[in-house]
Amino acid sequence: MADPAASTTADTITDTAVDLTREAAARLVEVHRPSSEIVHFPETAPLRLDCQQLLGPFSIAYKTYGALNAQKSNAILICHALTGDQYVASAHPVTGKAGWWETLVGPGKPIDTNRFFVICSNILGGCMGSTGPASTNPKTGKAYALDFPVITIGDMVDAQVRLIDHLGIDQLFSVIGGSMGGMQVLEWAARHKDRVATAVPIATAPWHSAQNIAFHEVGRQAVMADPEWREGSYLDKGTRPARGLAVARMAAHITYLSEKALEEKFGRNLQNRTARSFSFDADFKIESYLRHQGSTFVDRFDANSYLYITRAMDYFDLEAENGGRLARAFVGTKTQFCIVSFTSDWLYPTRDSKDIVKALNAVAANVSFVEIESSKGHDAFLLEEQEFFSTIQGFINAAAQKRGLGGGPRAELRPREAQR
Amino acid sequence: MQKPADTNRDNYDSIRGLAYPAGTKPRFDHLLIAEMVAPGSRVLDVGCGDGALLQLLTETKAVDGRGMELSRERVNACVTRGLSVIQGDADRDLADYPDQAFDYAILSLTIQATRYPKTVIENLLRIGRYAIVSFPNFGHWKIRAQLLLTGRMPMTENLPEPWYLSPDGHLCTIKDFIHLVGIADAEVEDAVAFNSSGGRIPIKNAWSLQNLMGEKAVFLLKRRH
Repeated sequence: MADPAASTTADTITDTAVDLTREAAARLVEVHRPSSEIVHFPETAPLRLDCQQLLGPFSIAYKTYGALNAQKSNAILICHALTGDQYVASAHPVTGKAGWWETLVGPGKPIDTNRFFVICSNILGGCMGSTGPASTNPKTGKAYALDFPVITIGDMVDAQVRLIDHLGIDQLFSVIGGSMGGMQVLEWAARHKDRVATAVPIATAPWHSAQNIAFHEVGRQAVMADPEWREGSYLDKGTRPARGLAVARMAAHITYLSEKALEEKFGRNLQNRTARSFSFDADFKIESYLRHQGSTFVDRFDANSYLYITRAMDYFDLEAENGGRLARAFVGTKTQFCIVSFTSDWLYPTRDSKDIVKALNAVAANVSFVEIESSKGHDAFLLEEQEFFSTIQGFINAAAQKRGLGGGPRAELRPREAQR
Repeated sequence: MQKPADTNRDNYDSIRGLAYPAGTKPRFDHLLIAEMVAPGSRVLDVGCGDGALLQLLTETKAVDGRGMELSRERVNACVTRGLSVIQGDADRDLADYPDQAFDYAILSLTIQATRYPKTVIENLLRIGRYAIVSFPNFGHWKIRAQLLLTGRMPMTENLPEPWYLSPDGHLCTIKDFIHLVGIADAEVEDAVAFNSSGGRIPIKNAWSLQNLMGEKAVFLLKRRH
């Protein structure tokens, strides 16, 4: 229910003294002792980051679903987006909400955990158990905060490689992810060609656009403008930049939708009232919705993590990484690609996906590409879109059959025509 | 009414060296194209539909195939078949392919629906060492007769829609096509016209006869230099 939350949201945002809510306290526990599995890499095996610093020791928290077969050939890595986590197909330990891709991943689902061993790890820089700015800096005994090095998408992937090594898997059957998860998929395919049999980058781009950097900067400035942010050291000072982070989330959330989706879902409808209040209350449903999104987000996410992860996305530019030619990232690839975009996604529009397709074609890679019709904007990749699901299922099943993993149940194709 | 092509045994018996899977009956024009393709080659099928030709070429000629298709539903059908197909438009997206990336660039019964047929042909010849193009022949006697006798745009089995609904904005005859091949600085390596009843009519010099008798034609083209 979004409606009653709207009033508490307003309070959360306007109160200066913000107490830790029960959920926020639970989240802080998850930073240090996640409910999921976790693997620790010692100081003797540090991660060399793109900024040339060494990070060690470090930890990666992860969830697995299904069973790894004897040949270790049925592993699928799911890469999460900006504010996602390892709980792709199981309840979130703080909010209790269903896994963020539970409609796509699970027993009998398009990514079938009865057949595949699905791994999902919290990214480096995250706040759900993997090492990030909220983790304790072993050198000081305090939270890293801004002492945490600026990381990149490539660093996140290198950390995942350590996890995959730890699990004893040579080659992943598939690496799948949307948005920032798609950027990780592209980095996997570019940096670790032999370890990725199939790759599914969804609603993503080969580089972050100026517009996307601009939105991120607005979000970061909102966090930093909150006096409770305390130059990043809010965890030590016992404060919480909840208002700043909530505003960042509100702004970002608009970019995940489309004008049509906003119009259809909210229009100019008023929230719990019949007339304008002639005040700055959340008169409109859309205001109430955004406030709700903001307030629930601050309970489950760390503000500094948000800064670091958005920065990593801004820095992502696979073309620049490869000497100004995107195609060079994929030279010699044997990976089979399936690229998906959505018609109403203006954050990562279809032309960005087409740039990836173009580069893959230039090196004669095995690539499929589908643009899914949807009015839901960027968010479409997280929602139950039948055509999207049938693309994923069809691709996965055909690729699995080719590799002797069995075709699985025949993809249930229900194109919109057939439903009419 | 003439028998549809796929029930004519003579047509299929005339296709040599193609062991397509038992119980399947590929389209006759697809088999003619398959005959022209060298085993193990790299193939791009532009306007690949549901992937039937790509699958036939993969199964009978072990090609490394890719496809491009405009319709999302058909792209999905291809992906489900395990084919590598991208959603795209022959008029717009062929420019993105590098030179000589494929041995064959195929355009099967699609050229008449493109907006800029000449540019598409030039792109095919740039992308592939060979281009294979099939199209319905607007010079067929039945079409000529319909236009002559009724004074209206012809409708046939191959052109089933009235002019105002048809996506085929650029229909041509075999002679027109040969003219375009010349303009595009290409040459004809092989060509065959065929119809739904009498099987193939090899095109060798006697263009006028084929232009009259062939309902469809398949051309194997190569750049002149």
